[in-house]
Amino acid sequence: MIFPTRLIAIMRKELLQLRRDRMSLGLIAGIPVMQLLLFGYAINMDVRNLTAGIADQANTHLSRQFIADLEQTQVLKFHYNVAAPQQLEELLRSGKISLGVHIPVDFDRRVLDKSRTAADLLVDGADPTILGVANQLANTPVRFDTGQRPVKQARTFEVRSFYNPERRTVVNIVPGLIGVILTLTMMMFTAVSIVREREHGNLELLINTPVSTGQLMIGKVVPYILIGLVQLALVVTIGKFLFKVPVQGSVLHLYLGAAVFIAANLSLGLFVSTIAKTQFQAMQVTFFVLLPSILLSGFIFPFDGMPRFAQYLGEVLPITHFIRISRGIMLREASIFELRGEVFMLLSFTAVAMTAAVLRFSRRLD
Amino acid sequence: MTDNAAFAIRARGLTKQFGELVAVNHLDLEVPSGQIYGFLGPNGSGKTTAIRMLCGLLKPTSGNAQVLGLEVPGATNELKPRIGYMTQKFSLYSDLTVQENLQFIADIYALPRRQQKARIDELITEYHMLAQRKQLAGTLSGGQKQRLALACAVLHKPELLLLDEPTSAVDPRNRRDFWAQLFELADAGTTILVSTHYMDEAERCHRLAILHHGVKVADGAPGELQAATGMWVIEVLADSPRQANQVLMAREEVVSVTQLGVRLRVLIPQSQTDPKQLVQSCLDSNAITATVNLVPASLEDVFVASTLQPGSKQ
Repeated sequence: MIFPTRLIAIMRKELLQLRRDRMSLGLIAGIPVMQLLLFGYAINMDVRNLTAGIADQANTHLSRQFIADLEQTQVLKFHYNVAAPQQLEELLRSGKISLGVHIPVDFDRRVLDKSRTAADLLVDGADPTILGVANQLANTPVRFDTGQRPVKQARTFEVRSFYNPERRTVVNIVPGLIGVILTLTMMMFTAVSIVREREHGNLELLINTPVSTGQLMIGKVVPYILIGLVQLALVVTIGKFLFKVPVQGSVLHLYLGAAVFIAANLSLGLFVSTIAKTQFQAMQVTFFVLLPSILLSGFIFPFDGMPRFAQYLGEVLPITHFIRISRGIMLREASIFELRGEVFMLLSFTAVAMTAAVLRFSRRLD
Repeated sequence: MTDNAAFAIRARGLTKQFGELVAVNHLDLEVPSGQIYGFLGPNGSGKTTAIRMLCGLLKPTSGNAQVLGLEVPGATNELKPRIGYMTQKFSLYSDLTVQENLQFIADIYALPRRQQKARIDELITEYHMLAQRKQLAGTLSGGQKQRLALACAVLHKPELLLLDEPTSAVDPRNRRDFWAQLFELADAGTTILVSTHYMDEAERCHRLAILHHGVKVADGAPGELQAATGMWVIEVLADSPRQANQVLMAREEVVSVTQLGVRLRVLIPQSQTDPKQLVQSCLDSNAITATVNLVPASLEDVFVASTLQPGSKQ
């Protein structure tokens, strides 16, 4: 059988080259570990200890009690105590505080008057997350008596949180991060691969041999699928032991889903490689794809909350479908069969990108 | 013997245009089987473009070619297993060892497993690479790289070998060895098309074509070409060669003067009846003492004579 011999020759050559490329080898392990540590610790949607300032012009028993209650929520921490609201505005503008609380002189009287608000909350509204927190704080009740409980308010909903009862951001981040890491590293490997052969002159020799375009393309993709699965194992293991992110569903299903996703990214990279003239161009295109992959895939912002147009863009990205798969399997104990729609999208994407790459690839120099 | 067996390559009116530039202009070519055929020409004369068209890497703008009896570029895929191609730039993998590169090529040409090891060992011995077997190809010297490239090009025993300036990065000693290997391959029946801009290499070819601005200006065996320049070659040994050069170039009959150290080589069309007398009297009248001799044309003279632009001097 001639076909496997040539295919294996390309695959073995890719692995030999990779083995000698210490930098790339290091990045295979380094990128997932670094990203996971960075994102795992840095991205935190649970808002705690916002820097705040207070201007208490009333300075009564009631106002001091109110300030103590605000601090009790742990959402904000008063670092500045100033005399006038104008100073709060200055602190806000200079970025020293995110929130300012102004308690006017007639605070006690205003509290009793239902038609007026009792105090002002000055917010750096540029960050919607902080604005959301401020809206919650606005409902903080004022207690007249330290012994008395606040009037119980009727709630419309009782929130029951499935799948992430402790409401930890990292639980949602890790499955998505697998997608980001695989998009970055897998696309990078294949995006530069054909361009590099062209730049080094290897391609002129290669296209003069009997190796077919299909053998060349598949031979370049298969070794990296294995490498991608190694990265997946690395992220899942660190996620489990360092961040206590479980894999609720089947590990095998997760691997199957990831393999299809990796193939999609590698095919996209190959397609880029047939278009780019230099390795630098190939890298630029990779980052051109990476940014929407982070922002429009549902990795950071909830997919359903995005405008319709952005959702369409997101649907085109392989990572959007993979994040649904990985969150489904890792967090909701879904099976790959329940997620077959997403798998089908990834398979279609792979087929289209691979076909485009094979068609774009010219076995001539003109 | 059929035509196809007699000629490894036949091309008619092969032309390649890149935009405005005509890189190869109506090239007619007949390369006899089992011989070493040379493409002689300066950089940019269309040698590389012609070779790339012959192996199917470039599509001719017009004209056609049969290589090993196959239509090019139509039957390129059938042709590929039967030819070996050595690019001008080193095109093997610098981050693979000598052994790994050979192994890769053996796999790519789908050499049967059983034969692979024997063939690679044979080439490593024959091309003196025993000591470099485990060395990365990128760290080899110019001569070693070129030997590896040739070994890879001949690994699958091609019927036709296309070599694009194979010796441009190699010292004279290695060039001699390299040519010895080419003759051995030709003796074994391989047809070799080799491009070069070295006169001494061109002289070693069985036949050669001189390319100039994409046009074939002469072709034939080196001896034939030397005999048929249509020029007298006068060698002048003068006290003041630069001055002699100037006065001779001023003469209408002289088409070219080339200085080689203290000697001058003067080309005069054979339509002149007494070229020696012409040169002697010209120098005498300018009070330059010189020895003047009629000598046989060298390949360089052939090259100069055939690349002369009509009406201009060199």
